[in-house]
Amino acid sequence: MAIGVVIFPGTNCEQETLAVVRDRLGYPARFVWHEETDLSDLDAVILPGGFAHGDYLRAGAIARFSPVMAAVAAMAERGRLVLGICNGFQVLLEAGLLPGAMRRNEGLRFINRFVHVRVERNDSPFLHRCRVGEVLRMPIAHGEGNYYADPETLAALNARGQVLLRYCTAAGEILPAANPNGSVEAIAGICNERGNVMGLMPHPERAAERLLGSEDGRKIFESMIASLAAAPAVR
Amino acid sequence: MPTARIRITLKPTVLDAQGAVVARALRDLGFEEVEAVRMGKYIEVEVGEREDARSRVEAMCRQLLANPVIEEYRVEME
Repeated sequence: MAIGVVIFPGTNCEQETLAVVRDRLGYPARFVWHEETDLSDLDAVILPGGFAHGDYLRAGAIARFSPVMAAVAAMAERGRLVLGICNGFQVLLEAGLLPGAMRRNEGLRFINRFVHVRVERNDSPFLHRCRVGEVLRMPIAHGEGNYYADPETLAALNARGQVLLRYCTAAGEILPAANPNGSVEAIAGICNERGNVMGLMPHPERAAERLLGSEDGRKIFESMIASLAAAPAVR
Repeated sequence: MPTARIRITLKPTVLDAQGAVVARALRDLGFEEVEAVRMGKYIEVEVGEREDARSRVEAMCRQLLANPVIEEYRVEME
């Protein structure tokens, strides 16, 4: 089995994502073109960042209709791991695989810089290599990362422990000044109710080697791969 | 040929950051009467004649053109 890295027209960072999973961590991985519909050789799938289909209409709005998305939804339904990074998170929201929506950044600018996020839970297949309260340093690069959920959805997310990452200071404090885009409750990453689908705005694949300024993002991929090894997918 | 004129805006409960900035800019220009600005998208869809044209266009809005989590839409048929 392998991890698939989906490429839509306009995707970026797929090379970095594949490099971390396959070359640095040694787990089989392959690219998946967005028109593919048979993902039966995969036990997990990653939707990387970028501007799928040009982000026309809304980020992720067209990508959600790509042929591969039905197969991704079926994998999520079967409990396989699905990780959406940045634009991939936006696609998962548009596809309804995660709750909420993205608005334009509060400051209206595209933001491209390192931020800190606090790990809110580590009982997740994507974060069990982290400590609760641990601060990860990773870059963001987005214009529409201002997460929104209505009050009822937000209450449900909190009650079920679906908020996984929040923007914070280097010391781990949740302060308005540490929230780069205006996201409600400083939310940077969430999962679905079952916990097998995660979306996050920061780019862990761009923070997976010391040379890139941070290795913190690697823990997300390490967690994911360890989860696959501990509970291999059964066809 | 019938044309659907569709206006999509953020729901009133969702902060419209663009609209807020434009409202402030207008007030800075001396238009003190500006109380609020809401920005959105305008889409024209030309469709063939059919009885259920409006309900079809509304389905288009729900399924693709608007994101019902944060946006609302108004449809005018001409």
